[in-house]
Amino acid sequence: MTAKRRPGRYGLRFVALGYLAMLLLIPIGMISYRAFEHGFAAARSSVTTPDALHAFYMTIVIAVIAVVANTIFGVGCALLLVRSNFRGKALLNAIIDVPFAISPVVVGLSLLLLYGRTGWFGDVFLNNGIQILFAMPGMVLATIFVSLPFVVREVVPVLHEIGDEQEQAAETLGANWWQTFRRITLPAIRWGVAYGVVLTTARALGEFGAVAVVSGRISGQTETATLWVAREFGQFNTTGAYTASLVLALIAVATLLAMNLFKRKEAS
Amino acid sequence: MSIIVEGARKEFGDFVALDDVSIQVPDGSLTALLGPSGSGKSTLLRVIAGLEQPDSGRVMISGWDATDVPAQKRGVGFVFQHYAAFKHMTVRDNIAFGLSIRKRDNKEIDERVQELIQLVHLEGFGDRYPSQLSGGQRQRMALARALAVEPKVLLLDEPFGALDANVRKELRQWLRRLHDEVHVTTIFVTHDQEEAMEVAGQIVVMNEGRVEQTGQPTDLYEHPRTEFVMSFIGPVNRRGAMFIRPHDLELLQVPAPDAEEAMIERIVRLGFETRVELLLPDGQQIWAQMTRDEAEFDELAEGAIVYARPRRAKVFEANGEPRTEELSAAPGA
Repeated sequence: MTAKRRPGRYGLRFVALGYLAMLLLIPIGMISYRAFEHGFAAARSSVTTPDALHAFYMTIVIAVIAVVANTIFGVGCALLLVRSNFRGKALLNAIIDVPFAISPVVVGLSLLLLYGRTGWFGDVFLNNGIQILFAMPGMVLATIFVSLPFVVREVVPVLHEIGDEQEQAAETLGANWWQTFRRITLPAIRWGVAYGVVLTTARALGEFGAVAVVSGRISGQTETATLWVAREFGQFNTTGAYTASLVLALIAVATLLAMNLFKRKEAS
Repeated sequence: MSIIVEGARKEFGDFVALDDVSIQVPDGSLTALLGPSGSGKSTLLRVIAGLEQPDSGRVMISGWDATDVPAQKRGVGFVFQHYAAFKHMTVRDNIAFGLSIRKRDNKEIDERVQELIQLVHLEGFGDRYPSQLSGGQRQRMALARALAVEPKVLLLDEPFGALDANVRKELRQWLRRLHDEVHVTTIFVTHDQEEAMEVAGQIVVMNEGRVEQTGQPTDLYEHPRTEFVMSFIGPVNRRGAMFIRPHDLELLQVPAPDAEEAMIERIVRLGFETRVELLLPDGQQIWAQMTRDEAEFDELAEGAIVYARPRRAKVFEANGEPRTEELSAAPGA
């Protein structure tokens, strides 16, 4: 094969790489270039202001909560969808994809309607001194909502593939539900879960629309990193905006790399 | 430990998998559930294991009503057709699983696992993963895993179904010997009558969710109670109301009473055994089975005319006992 390569093959490669370059590599390259255009020190100081650090802090706390919640829900939901039969299963299966189908801004607005002062649940929480909107809880809710399907969608096909015989074998050997889950099911689906977690993390870090609506965008308080980037960009602090974008991208890539490292380590 | 199933019924939607099934398996026996696919044999095994709940009926394990006891607490060992090996665990950890669930101490577990590895001839494979084993080795590992917890009964669902013919034969004999050593009450499911005859002490023949007949292998072969059992246990020719085993059909050179003219279509030589395929004047095809020496002695040749006479035939009447007709007592006349 190496001796005789058809020219068509090079053409296909060129198109694929060119497409990727136009859409991904060049924009990211440009951001890196613009971030460090005034030197490393300038870039660094632009994203270490108290507001910027607080924005990163908010993003990471929200992402961690959303990932934990969606992992637990996602694994449970996938087990329900694959391992049991109940009325309304098809409906549940369809509902899980709703966050993919509707715009994050709509998600934000619906939360506003539900938890706002005149909303259905608004009074209940406010009267008990719990602030949902324009505070962390609302932002967490919005982020959980938009990143909900990833773990479910990664785990369901893996559960189908492994089948339930291993679980039944564990059961006949005396394992209860929890022992079977922890020692058989979970290790078997671990890479599906891990991939779901990586995708959820990336989505949670990058969330903008829904959080923008429910947060009130109060800088230093309810501003996440993406909101901070948008505001700084609007105020012509391009170095800060580009550097923060780059940092967000690096965090997402780091989670992906971490997963691959674990995977490689285990395979060896 | 004896196993008794009484009046088990199980439906999956419109499909009746078990239709009022009752069986008795004596303590220490090796029993085969034999039947074609869809006959309910695997469902019955899973009902005994507690992996499937019957719609009605009872399961008794050594006199103890286990019907409502979950699989986890029944003390049965179960072996699956496709091994159900724990893929992320070594052979050692697979075998140790049931013991570690029972929180035995590590030294005891290690000793027991070592013993079982020897029993199933997997010495030197303890640290391998299932993906590094052959099918036969995986199934022996699965068997050791099931035996580790000293089950009251051992249930095997088509244990050799996914293996090569050679490995199958080897593992059958091995299972037979293992049972002689371990003596645990064993039930295995198979659709292969030869496997059931070779391995089991008792066979339960199932068809369409019902038990057709239960008995010892030779008993079922010699005295089938239904047409189904007659034709499922061993080959058969059907001639009118008569069921004739191919080895009960003798081929004569000259006409004789009860003998039908037939043309030899084909002769298949399988080593010791020779199969002679015959065409009758009415167009029906039947076959006779004989030893190679018999075929050679009679100088049988393809295209020749012979006279086929049944030595023995079974007749199943709508009401009443099946009848055996002894037509010619002297073999090879």
